[in-house]
Amino acid sequence: MWKIKPFDHLILILGTAFLLTPVVLAIMSSTHSAVAIHTGGLFLTPGTEGPATYAKVLTRRGGFTGDVTGLSMMMNSLILGVGFAVGKIVLSMMAAYALVYFRFRFATAIFWAIFATLLLPLEVRIMPSYQVMSDLHLLNTYTGLIVPLLASATGTFYFRQFFKSVPDELLEAARIDGAGPVKFFLDILVPLSRTMMAAIFIIMFVYGWNQYLWPILMTTDEHFFTLMRGIKSILQVWVGSQIPDYNEAFALAVLAMVPPVLVVIVFQRMFIKGLTESDK
Amino acid sequence: MAGITLSAVGKTYAGGVEAVSDVSLTIADGEFIVLVGPSGCGKSTLLRMVAGLEEITEGEVTIGTRVVNRLEPSERDIAMVFQNYALYPHMSVRENMAYGLKNRGTPRAEIEARVAEAARMLELGPYLDRKPRALSGGQRQRVAMGRAIVRQPAAFLFDEPLSNLDAKLRVSMRGEIRKLQRRLGTTSLYVTHDQLEAMTLADRLVVLNGGRIEQVGTPLEVYHAPASTFVASFIGAPAMNLMDAQVAGGRVLLEGVDMGPAALPDGAVTLGLRAEDLSAAPVGLPVTLDYVEELGASRIVHAMAEGQRIAFAHPPEAPLAEHMALRVAPGRLHLFDTLTGKRIGRAARVPEVVA
Repeated sequence: MWKIKPFDHLILILGTAFLLTPVVLAIMSSTHSAVAIHTGGLFLTPGTEGPATYAKVLTRRGGFTGDVTGLSMMMNSLILGVGFAVGKIVLSMMAAYALVYFRFRFATAIFWAIFATLLLPLEVRIMPSYQVMSDLHLLNTYTGLIVPLLASATGTFYFRQFFKSVPDELLEAARIDGAGPVKFFLDILVPLSRTMMAAIFIIMFVYGWNQYLWPILMTTDEHFFTLMRGIKSILQVWVGSQIPDYNEAFALAVLAMVPPVLVVIVFQRMFIKGLTESDK
Repeated sequence: MAGITLSAVGKTYAGGVEAVSDVSLTIADGEFIVLVGPSGCGKSTLLRMVAGLEEITEGEVTIGTRVVNRLEPSERDIAMVFQNYALYPHMSVRENMAYGLKNRGTPRAEIEARVAEAARMLELGPYLDRKPRALSGGQRQRVAMGRAIVRQPAAFLFDEPLSNLDAKLRVSMRGEIRKLQRRLGTTSLYVTHDQLEAMTLADRLVVLNGGRIEQVGTPLEVYHAPASTFVASFIGAPAMNLMDAQVAGGRVLLEGVDMGPAALPDGAVTLGLRAEDLSAAPVGLPVTLDYVEELGASRIVHAMAEGQRIAFAHPPEAPLAEHMALRVAPGRLHLFDTLTGKRIGRAARVPEVVA
């Protein structure tokens, strides 16, 4: 161990301040009125309008149909984030299982084909994806929002590496114990992958939560709007005749931060374990 | 309970590499057979072929009365103990032992009774609810054996089960395995590269070299009458001295010194001499001291006889000198064909086992 020097602390403190300042600004500003923000700029001190603003953002009905609330947008984001993360884990675990444990021709080639899609961002295939969903009449559905994004090279890659590090003897012992392929997967591999699953869940939940472009394309029905869209639409749709509701936009942004932060806090220990420990 | 028969068993890998060839062996019910050989001799492959983890490309394996070539490992009525234990890390000791029985649909009460019995036998009672991670190496290995015992299989297969343990534990576990096997009377096939382990455990030893059987016999037969120079140098510590010698006029001459009689035509032979059959004498084979291995109860002296290395046992209290003369106990000459390495002539006297 090295001795910790004051200089090291200084760097850490500066880094923390750099990352935290915008968050603090957003939180503090969300507790002031729109007028105050419009005239006085951003605030570093708490104001008095906080509770009122948050209550309004969460419950006020808005949009064209008049029944979209912050809460309903949050629900949509949660459904997207969780569905996305869970779906990705299930799909990529099964893909990795097939790639690692079943000897079939071109397994490596198939893996690299999957891996190559890592290089292709969603934007590249966004038109064909939209077309397919449209033909299947899945626009404006949760299925349409989630399913096209499920195939995950990253997840498959992580699980493949993890499965490869599981000793072969475990498979052999299970075979002698009379466990078939499905039983081995469910009884041995899935429980062993728990920390790995938690790690992937965090990454994928945040990724799904932050999706912006795809939901915008896929959903024209306001009932399916996510928080990310909501922030944008505050400044467009909810704009009054004079001043944009900056405070509400900030409040919504703060609310949008909470679930990912909670997920990270809850899964943090497993996350670190999953990415570092090889406990087999 | 059942015997195992291997007939002309062979394994050729896809690339054409022949790992095991033409192995025939009949294992009696309840016998403890140890497969021993250097790494890469095919002993593990052979064991895994019996277990069903490796495909059999030639020959037939019979367990009991069934030919098992095409059966899944779980259908072969065997249990295996692995070198790295292969315990399921997320299951408790109890679950680890019960898993195989659960998969076979054994009634719950029966599973509990068998696990309790195995735990009692292996003194694992206090650890039943622990995870393997919280156990020591020796305890883990006992759990692995418990997992094998509860299945009450026709045969136990051991794949170097003690290699991951420290030396002291290895000796005590060795004793436990032997006692357990005697008590259960289950046919066992045990793979090891440790010749001492092989000698102490086996009813019969199978020495493998390059995928073929070199010799099959009781530990004493193999020790006292090795079938080839390979077996001679592999079994026993220190390894048997193998020296270039001449037969002339019915006598074996080593560096021109008469070592004893040999009923062979004149010519070159390989002479095998165990270190403990050699002793210092006023006259005999002259050697020059090289270095000494102290073993406490005895010492192994390494010396040079002209250009050839020779090791001999020497009592620690007896004096050592730079130049000494060695004589060999009568009837303890092992003669091997210089070219083929095969043993020539009758087997040396094998001592009776004292029961």
